Amino acid sequence: MVDLLTMKEWTVRTARLMIGIPDYQAYVEHRRTTHPDQPVMSYEEFFIERQNARYAVGKGRFRGCC
Amino acid sequence: MAGLSIAPKSKKTTTPKLLWMAIAALGAVAFGIVALSRGETISAAWLVIAALCTYFIAYRFYALFIAEKVLRVDPTRQTPAYVHNDGLDYVPTNQYVLFGHHFAAIAGAGPLVGPVLAAQMGYLPGTIWILAGVVFAGAVQDMTVLFLSNRRDGRSLGDMVRSEMGPVAGGIALVGVLLIMVILLAVLALVVVKALVGSPWGTFTVFATIPIALVMGIYARFIRVGKIAEMSVIGVVLLLGALVYGKTVSETPAIAQYFDLKGETLALGIIGYGFVASVLPVWLLLAPRDYLSTFLKVGTMALLAVGIILVHPELKMPAVTKFIDGTGPVWSGSLFPFLFITIACGSVSGFHALISSGTTPKMIENETQIAAIGYGAMLTESFVAIMAMIGATVLEPGVYFAMNSPAGVIGTTAAQAAQVVSSWGFAITPDMITQLAQDVGEKTLLSRTGGAPTLAVGMAHILSGMFGGRLMMGIWYHFAILFEALFILTTVDAGTRVARFMIQDLVGSVVPAFKKTESWANNVIGSALACAAWGWFLYQGVIDPMGGINTLWPLFGISNQMLAGIALILCTVVLFKMKRQRYAWVTILPTVWLLVCTLTAGLQKVLHSSPAISFVAHAQRFSEAAAAGKILAPAKTMEEMQRIIFNDYVDATLAIVFVAVVVAMAVYGIIGIRRAIGNPKPTAIEVGLPVAIAGAGRG
Repeated sequence: MVDLLTMKEWTVRTARLMIGIPDYQAYVEHRRTTHPDQPVMSYEEFFIERQNARYAVGKGRFRGCC
Repeated sequence: MAGLSIAPKSKKTTTPKLLWMAIAALGAVAFGIVALSRGETISAAWLVIAALCTYFIAYRFYALFIAEKVLRVDPTRQTPAYVHNDGLDYVPTNQYVLFGHHFAAIAGAGPLVGPVLAAQMGYLPGTIWILAGVVFAGAVQDMTVLFLSNRRDGRSLGDMVRSEMGPVAGGIALVGVLLIMVILLAVLALVVVKALVGSPWGTFTVFATIPIALVMGIYARFIRVGKIAEMSVIGVVLLLGALVYGKTVSETPAIAQYFDLKGETLALGIIGYGFVASVLPVWLLLAPRDYLSTFLKVGTMALLAVGIILVHPELKMPAVTKFIDGTGPVWSGSLFPFLFITIACGSVSGFHALISSGTTPKMIENETQIAAIGYGAMLTESFVAIMAMIGATVLEPGVYFAMNSPAGVIGTTAAQAAQVVSSWGFAITPDMITQLAQDVGEKTLLSRTGGAPTLAVGMAHILSGMFGGRLMMGIWYHFAILFEALFILTTVDAGTRVARFMIQDLVGSVVPAFKKTESWANNVIGSALACAAWGWFLYQGVIDPMGGINTLWPLFGISNQMLAGIALILCTVVLFKMKRQRYAWVTILPTVWLLVCTLTAGLQKVLHSSPAISFVAHAQRFSEAAAAGKILAPAKTMEEMQRIIFNDYVDATLAIVFVAVVVAMAVYGIIGIRRAIGNPKPTAIEVGLPVAIAGAGRG
């Protein structure tokens, strides 16, 4: 599945992960297969959750480099 | 398992030996030209070829050796990304996508500044250390820490030090991280201040990034939630608009006066900005600015690589200058140990150990990809350092020294500066200095220390050779300043939050109520403390007539190498605990070298007899003068004399603390190694299943 990514999808995915937003489709797929009974976040909720998580400082969470 | 994971073994058989011999030969020729040219200029292309050949060979023969033989990566072992797959933090991720993520996380201002400062000794010493350092130290550290964290569910460096070396060692490492954070923020903020002093164009453009980020933040949170591409396009367009309009601002005295600021004002502004930004919600300012700076950073580095390859400019700086004896104006101290301290992040950066034990290990699909991601991303970072070295050395050496020497040495007028710099043997006329400043749209480029402006002129030189010519010089120069300031300010914001958390954690162990990070009051107090700490060093740096960089950059370099030393000690201890000691020289070698460099530099900063190098000798010179009732420049009053003495002792104390941290960690490392040897069984504390599950699929 990963091999079939087109150049564009591939670039978009890289750019998004660079700023801490992983692949939404993979998340949905994961929730559907492993937790079919539980709710799935919408893309908007997913984005906000990931944005907060990226900058939440805590033990082992670290941002900013030299 | 994903289809793209390539087991290192298969590469060995399919890659023809002839190709590797050709790469080795080409690299050797390029190195010969780089190293042996005397008296005539060489093309930057040779530096690029020498670097790339080194990287290919190092990856193919050393990184894969470490992966297979030293770490024994296990292609059948389930990675945390599968074991804990939650679609959020733990996600099995394609190795090329993850490479981009990891590189974007480790790349920062360090590899751009260090090599520029190192260029005062010529391009050769710096280049050799950038390449040797990355191959044998930096990339080894990044990759090994990534491997260790990956085997421990993606746990952080501090956690791993605690569990593998004991709680005391963990505590010492944390104090080290907090100190390095403070110095890092101060020195990076100082780089921005030095670049923006008296520059309305630059100041306006950088200032404009704040409202632009706010617009982007609100757009992506409320108007079109999560539309990253749209918000980024809006941001980039507004940013380029501000960049172009900045020229008009600088030419309109009525507006320009508001952006024509002194160093002190800028320093206070950045300290205030750091405080406000770190208590605002992340989506409003930090996140959008981070998005913008990440894309701009990666894009600009790619553009610069293309520029260097297409333009392949001549390196004007000699291979080696007379300043290897330690008398250089940019920073004090002899080649050993200070060159290795100065280059810092381009060869080895302790900070990367924090990143390699952050988000990346939680997303690796297969252990066989650790070399490509950990070692490979660090090689790329090293290439950024090589580009910075090229950017600094394509300038006329006279221009380089006029820009990087403190005003206390070369004076404040073009005529004085030209005379002093020419007397060092780097011919330059006052006209050349003023003409260049005019070309890039600045009033003056004298004593623009800190590396960023030098790199900006170098980039403008290279990129305007690609398009725009002389007319575009000003735009390119300010674009380069903007790009560096943008991601430095992101680091200031994010770093202040990290420092705040660490202070809260530290103080919280005494006053438990302070630990509550959701409390707004706690955060305000924590942020204020964090900003006061780095702000203090920043302000001292700004008013220091020797330029501040002179004092702060070595301290930063020492602390960063110290952290790398800690990470490599951990790696060594764990290799012994894994019973892989036969190969432990892979991490022992760089550990010993880093410890020798940091300890020598740290001790020289305290004990050396020259006031230019040692804080204590400097303080003593001022104390003696003060006792005799004399006032030494730069001080103008007795109070200023006392303040200089006080600052010297603070800096000296810090250097001693760094030395103490390194020594303590080395002792704990040796204890850990002895224990591991004494125990006949492997004692490394790995998490997860030691035996692979056949046919482990997506979770």
